[in-house]
Amino acid sequence: MIRLEGITKVYPMGKRELTVLRGINLNIKQGELVAVMGPSGSGKTTLLNLIGCLDKPTSGKYHLDGREVSRLSSGELAKVRGQKIGFVFQTFNLLPRLSALANVELGLRYSGGGDRQRTMEALAKVGLSDRASHRPTELSGGEQQRVAIARALVKNPPLILADEPTGNLDSRSGEEIISILTTLHTEQGITLLMVTHDANIAHQCQRIIQLKDGQVVAEEKP
Amino acid sequence: MKKWFEPLSTAWGGIATHKLRSILTMLGIVIGVAAVISLMSIGKGATAQILANIQSMGANVITISGGAGFGPGGVRGAGGSTQTLTMEDAEAISQQVANISAVAPSSSSNLQLVVGGKNTNSQVNGATTSYMEVNNLKLASGSFFSAEDYQRGAKVAVLGSNVAETLFGSASPIGQRMRMGSIIVTVMGVLESKGAGFNSPDDAVIIPLTALHQTVAKTRTAQGETVVSSITLTVSDESKSAQVVTDITALLRTRHRLGASANDDFRIMSMEELASSLATATGTMTLLLGAIAGISLLVGGIGVMNIMLVSVLERTREIGIRKALGARERDIWIQFLLEAAFLTFAGGIIGVGVGWGAAYLVPILAPTMGMGEMTTLVTADIVILAVSVSVGIGLFFGFYPAWNASRLNPIEALRSE
Repeated sequence: MIRLEGITKVYPMGKRELTVLRGINLNIKQGELVAVMGPSGSGKTTLLNLIGCLDKPTSGKYHLDGREVSRLSSGELAKVRGQKIGFVFQTFNLLPRLSALANVELGLRYSGGGDRQRTMEALAKVGLSDRASHRPTELSGGEQQRVAIARALVKNPPLILADEPTGNLDSRSGEEIISILTTLHTEQGITLLMVTHDANIAHQCQRIIQLKDGQVVAEEKP
Repeated sequence: MKKWFEPLSTAWGGIATHKLRSILTMLGIVIGVAAVISLMSIGKGATAQILANIQSMGANVITISGGAGFGPGGVRGAGGSTQTLTMEDAEAISQQVANISAVAPSSSSNLQLVVGGKNTNSQVNGATTSYMEVNNLKLASGSFFSAEDYQRGAKVAVLGSNVAETLFGSASPIGQRMRMGSIIVTVMGVLESKGAGFNSPDDAVIIPLTALHQTVAKTRTAQGETVVSSITLTVSDESKSAQVVTDITALLRTRHRLGASANDDFRIMSMEELASSLATATGTMTLLLGAIAGISLLVGGIGVMNIMLVSVLERTREIGIRKALGARERDIWIQFLLEAAFLTFAGGIIGVGVGWGAAYLVPILAPTMGMGEMTTLVTADIVILAVSVSVGIGLFFGFYPAWNASRLNPIEALRSE
């Protein structure tokens, strides 16, 4: 599903350069549930952005679903994002003025167009059918994150990337979110890559990748 | 269908979720378009009114009058007289110049009119039988003098409507007698009113030229020709108007034996020419009004750009989210451009309504505010122009903000607060 070969990422910082990723090699099979851990500044988010096709590596090769995507144009990358990748963010990133339903429907807007039935199904999967018309401000943090998950999965992507999905939630809501994500993984066989600080959450995954200073320093299977 | 509908509904969503801001942005365009529509309608209305006035006088009329210094009343001129037009000139024009349908020479004098105890001083036009046709006049009652009346110098008169009212009040003047200068004439007709205007026939009296010469002595030129004060004629084909003017000028210069260096001793005024010069003047005024209004439309457009730039800044995160969900640069670009076009189109439509309303109210309110009669005219071309210009402004001023939005880096956009 995901194959990274010697991926590096260098950001220009004025005259100096900031090297965030130093030669990452990584293979993730279809249907795997993987956690990425590491101290802040270790390059977790940058790695997730690269895998999510939001950014391009400075060097190295990235095969997604059998296709080399590291040299695609920004328009083609957008298409890949629209078709293959669902994002779940730490800060939810819902549009505040839209209802939960409209937010979820937005997940289909750039990949085939809105579909009310699929949207309702996605909301049902995260247990929010009765909150469809509520705006994000009228929902709890956990509910907002469930809307965001529904938005990510509404287009049935093969890959979901979650960047600290429980980082802004209390522990009970966090557990709910993780159970929804793991259920999705087991029931639908979605490949799930999750950045987390929480060792408990990481241990519910099939594989833990430890990053430090832009390199993979350890891999373990709990 | 979906392909077209989705971007439209997205753009509409962007507008509907920021109602107050959208309305304020539209307001600039509404005022601009309304100003264009109403000011241009005033200009167009003035043009139409002037042209209609000229049309009522007869657009195909050409008037020839004697040279400068020509006085009314058949005053015998001293040496170098300017009383140069003659009956024979009229005769020659009617026979030798092509594309003329009728020629009416006339001589006018100011005479005292007396009926019973009432009297008035009025312009009396000694005319031939073609006078009515050439001057586009109609009778309200009675009849006009015949060729026979003209031949024998019958003392009959046709009154302008104001003259008839001054002398006879509401009573019918037909068949009544009145004193005119040194003769007694019988009224045989009254003209339909043409309304106030330059040299209005409402204030004049028409009698056969042969009858006029019985009270005002006939003036003759050195060649023995009978002097008239003006010759009015109608052109059978309006498009030949300029050619007719040229032909008459050449003919009269020959007949008056003017050398190549001499100035014309007559003046030719063509209604066609007058109409076109007036139309040019009012057209310039319309354009000027439109330009002033156009500036307010431009200011409105800059307002749209301002708002769109702010909107892009404020919605940076939204743009990031959309990009993460698979929006291409083009999708974002179209979204913001459509929003701008939507706002300006709606503003344009509302502006047309407001402008149209103003154009309707101006003629009603102008007299009460002491601005005199005003006519306004809203034409389809102004409406189409104003709306398409406003949408064009939306696209033009929306382009840069939309481009800015589309170029945002999704990672940075998602990180923004």
